[in-house]
Amino acid sequence: MPTYRDEAIVLRTQKLGESDRIITLLTRRLGKVRAVGRGVRKTKSKFGARLEPAMVIDVQCYEGRSLDTVTQTESIDPLGDRLARGIETWTAASVMLETCDRLTEEREPALQQFLLLRGALTSLAGAVHDPNLVLDAYLLRAMAIAGYAPSFHDCAKCGAPGPHLAFNVVGGGSVCPLCRPPGSAAPARETLGLLSALLTGDWVIADASDPRHRREGAGLVAAFLQWHLERGLRSLRMVER
Amino acid sequence: MYEGAVQDLIDELGRLPGVGPKGAQRIAFHLLQADPQDVERLSDVLLAVKEKVRYCERCFNVAESQLCRVCADQRRDQSAICVVEEPKDVVAIERTREFRGTYHVLGGAISPIDGIGPGDLRFTELMTRLASGEVTEVIIATDPNLEGEATAAYLSRFLKGMDLKVTRLASGLPVGGDLEYADEVTLGRAFEGRTLVHV
Ligand SMILES: [Zn+2]
Ligand SMILES: [Zn+2]
Repeated sequence: MPTYRDEAIVLRTQKLGESDRIITLLTRRLGKVRAVGRGVRKTKSKFGARLEPAMVIDVQCYEGRSLDTVTQTESIDPLGDRLARGIETWTAASVMLETCDRLTEEREPALQQFLLLRGALTSLAGAVHDPNLVLDAYLLRAMAIAGYAPSFHDCAKCGAPGPHLAFNVVGGGSVCPLCRPPGSAAPARETLGLLSALLTGDWVIADASDPRHRREGAGLVAAFLQWHLERGLRSLRMVER
Repeated sequence: MYEGAVQDLIDELGRLPGVGPKGAQRIAFHLLQADPQDVERLSDVLLAVKEKVRYCERCFNVAESQLCRVCADQRRDQSAICVVEEPKDVVAIERTREFRGTYHVLGGAISPIDGIGPGDLRFTELMTRLASGEVTEVIIATDPNLEGEATAAYLSRFLKGMDLKVTRLASGLPVGGDLEYADEVTLGRAFEGRTLVHV
């Protein structure tokens, strides 16, 4: 049976039968794969601890007809173990993992998403920035990689140079007075500045931002994400803002 | 696909946790060939479990009256509460015969990805029990996986500042194994939770 070996991040796990789990992995080279971890729920399992959400592992699987099977794992970075020690970091990590699962397709290489997710989880575990800011930066960039980058400056419809007052989620972000659809939001200029900083990785601006603008920005990011993913994210409701 | 009743049975069995389509078919045909009395007994207990069994008003363990067997037992130490995720964890701990206190069943673990947050678990009910002042020790016994870890982290922060002794089950090495085969997470936890032999 064909086997493969790759670096991977565990996106999610689902119980299967008495003691197995289906493990969804984002691998570096192959993209997303789903594999069965046999016996991993038994406390004596040799690799149960490694096949948990947000763990970065070196994994070996053999291919099956519908599901692959995990045969070996080595730990590269047990990020999940650190992230689970706080409810904020665990919730933010869960939203990242769920988003990544939704933005990637099985067996379609997604190296950029892999690197972004690994970086974001590492940053979250490092506890240097507000976990919710790290989350929003991740969400904006993950959407950008998927081709849904919102505009925070120029008009998303006609390209007229910004800044513009109006912001429209369906319209793609900032919109000029001529393109502005009815019902557009009018967020604070600082909020758009914060989101733009998060998208480009300008942490000096992001860290100095006001809680009010963080909350408003988080609302816009959430609305953007929900609009592009046809079903809502379950974990996003759990984030306390 | 089979005809009517047989297929209905296979469908119902297939909805049970841990039963796949093949297993459902196997159980269905086993039941078809079984003695009528055996099947009747099975259907009786299935109905009885829904009729008689409810949740303990105090700890949310499964119970046949207002209180579960543990809560109703006067000899149990009411000053210690062991917090677990599910009723089956109560059974597992009871089997050790190590613990003489009472339990509190949360009803699951914090799992944002499944849409389960602290508000969906019985933390408020635990607070109400602690408010009586009778309890002096809380033992956190959530599952040794990351959801259990997140739940324990939440709970321990919740309990901080209260006049309580809060302990947590040690995560350690499986008895009967070789140290070299332990994964780094388990081994790391075992180091964290090492116990004093002498100074
Ligand atoms: Zn325009
Ligand atoms: Zn009880």
